[in-house]
Amino acid sequence: MSQLPLRAQLASALGRTAATLSRATGRGDGSVIGGRVGLALEPDLLRQLAQNRRLALVSATNGKTTTTRLITSALQELGDVATNAFGANMPAGHVSALSSSKDAPYGVLEVDEKYLPEVIDTTGAAVVVLMNLSRDQMDRAAEIWLLAQKWRRALAGRNTHVIANADDPLVTWGASTAASVTWVSAGQPWKEDSWCCPECGGPLDRKGLEYVPPGGHVSGVVGQASPDENDWACRECSFRRPQPSWILDGEAVVDPRGRRWPLDIQLPGRANRANAVIALATAEAFGLPVERALPRLREVRSVAGRYTTVEREGRNARLLLAKNPAGWLEAFDVLDPALPVILSVNAQGPDGRDTSWLWDVDYRVLRGRPVYVTGERKLDLALRLEVADVPFQLTDSFVQALAAQPPGKVDVIANYTAFQQIRTEFGRAV
Amino acid sequence: MPSDSVLRLVWIYPDLLSTYGDQGNVLVLEQRARRRGIPVETLHVRSADPVPESGDIYLIGGGEDRPQILAAQRLRRDGGLHRAIGRGAAMLAVCAGYQIMGSVFGGEEGQPVEGIGLLDIASGRGTGRAVGELVAETDPALGVPTLTGFENHMGVTRLGPGVRPLSRTVVGTGNGDGTEGCYAGKVIGTYLHGPALARTPGLADLLLTWATGTQLGPIDDVWFERLRQERLAATLPRT
Ligand SMILES: [Zn+2]
Repeated sequence: MSQLPLRAQLASALGRTAATLSRATGRGDGSVIGGRVGLALEPDLLRQLAQNRRLALVSATNGKTTTTRLITSALQELGDVATNAFGANMPAGHVSALSSSKDAPYGVLEVDEKYLPEVIDTTGAAVVVLMNLSRDQMDRAAEIWLLAQKWRRALAGRNTHVIANADDPLVTWGASTAASVTWVSAGQPWKEDSWCCPECGGPLDRKGLEYVPPGGHVSGVVGQASPDENDWACRECSFRRPQPSWILDGEAVVDPRGRRWPLDIQLPGRANRANAVIALATAEAFGLPVERALPRLREVRSVAGRYTTVEREGRNARLLLAKNPAGWLEAFDVLDPALPVILSVNAQGPDGRDTSWLWDVDYRVLRGRPVYVTGERKLDLALRLEVADVPFQLTDSFVQALAAQPPGKVDVIANYTAFQQIRTEFGRAV
Repeated sequence: MPSDSVLRLVWIYPDLLSTYGDQGNVLVLEQRARRRGIPVETLHVRSADPVPESGDIYLIGGGEDRPQILAAQRLRRDGGLHRAIGRGAAMLAVCAGYQIMGSVFGGEEGQPVEGIGLLDIASGRGTGRAVGELVAETDPALGVPTLTGFENHMGVTRLGPGVRPLSRTVVGTGNGDGTEGCYAGKVIGTYLHGPALARTPGLADLLLTWATGTQLGPIDDVWFERLRQERLAATLPRT
């Protein structure tokens, strides 16, 4: 990367200085401010920083930070990898990530769904990884069908190789203008945003599944779907699920040569097994075979605080992040049914200020275990649980909820800013 | 509804129009009926299936532009909802679902799209997006307390002489002319998510009263009331 023009080198160096200052003054991890300074000095910086390396862009509604981490860990088997590990997933964060690893021959960048077309265009990334699309922060996010349509336009006419989840109809539609696609059967427990064909609006038929209304979600399928149950096809046009070459099958992955590998990763839950399969397919696109990639994935224990345990006075709280209805469904799959659970919900800007989405989540699975409710919008959650006939205790703060537990383990599900507040309370040491 | 029979709720097209927790309106109606000893049966009608005429309360929710247009086309072709409302069923229509009840609404590029003509309203696309908490004083004739909820739409809705405004806005945009929502007969339309019936359970009780033809007894409203008070306090300007 030493061939950067002088102006770009200067911009990149100034960006790193700003990042260091930001970290030193405790204002954040520095990745966004550093990138902003760099971009302001050299708008073309991202394009130049992306040159001469093999890049993978990772986008989805849920799981992009974790999958970015898994792919990064795998590719480190091949050499240095530049990555935006702190989830700063817009162009400023990408500039920061690439300029802090100038000589890394590989890059894995988490990309916000809305920015993906722009970042594909700017970086000319060789590989794009698309996992799932579902309702999320709707007071500010774009409509997801429009997002998928923009992905289609961005991918058309390029030689980008796409790794995509064939079990998500909207992702399939968004990916299908690409020149080449590796289709992965990674599952789709949350189906409420894809009962209709993205191509023609007709009803989508799902093999072995009658239409299941929201609230009566297909909870029995989580973690135990056999691959065929993920099949779908439009009743009115020819749009249907492509044949996947990688398949998540319970606790194992089946690779394109039909070999079955037990995943055996440390990250918990169905969603992370799905992320791991996507990561393996991506690693192979970089020439890294399963037998070398999988041991790397097994080393990952937590990602930016997700799944880590914080301890206070003998209470061990495991932290799960869930930002939208699909994320809550995946988080429920990770919960230990024998443990109490603390739920914390905020509605600040990054969370979405509208709490209506709480009514899209089926909380009935929590019946029969102690439930503690906290967060800035705890009353919204309290009413939601009351209507779902889930008994709960209202608490004033996370610390109070934790203190109310008997010593031992407890699970915590929090949405974005609520999760960050808990990390801050524990010194962000996790 | 005969006193010995089951209350039938019909949720129209959750596969197309159910984006902002609209399911909550169904759940709140179910809960408030059951707690008063009224047995409830809920039918979810997917957009490929016919809308039955025999329901007591119909619900339709919000959604994106394209599903909104599809829903309007299918409801017009199906005719079941028109027959149900014609024989006196009650309905709550929210946001995109509210707009399609009128003669016309704005499509993906703002082009006029034909509605289904169950309410005397006409909607179009406004210049900016109305996003945020809304508070409105309900028409006193309805006996429903202050309306609270969350709006998120680009619509502007003109009310014709065949409907009355549901409320007058205190905070928020609503129809765009100082009113929010409308009603005619037993049909209520509103821009409010939240969902509307969770944030203003009086509106749920109004629908239940219309559908059962009886006065409803009080139920324990403590969590509804705590949320309402918190939201009203957070939204209304301090005096
Ligand atoms: Zn189709």
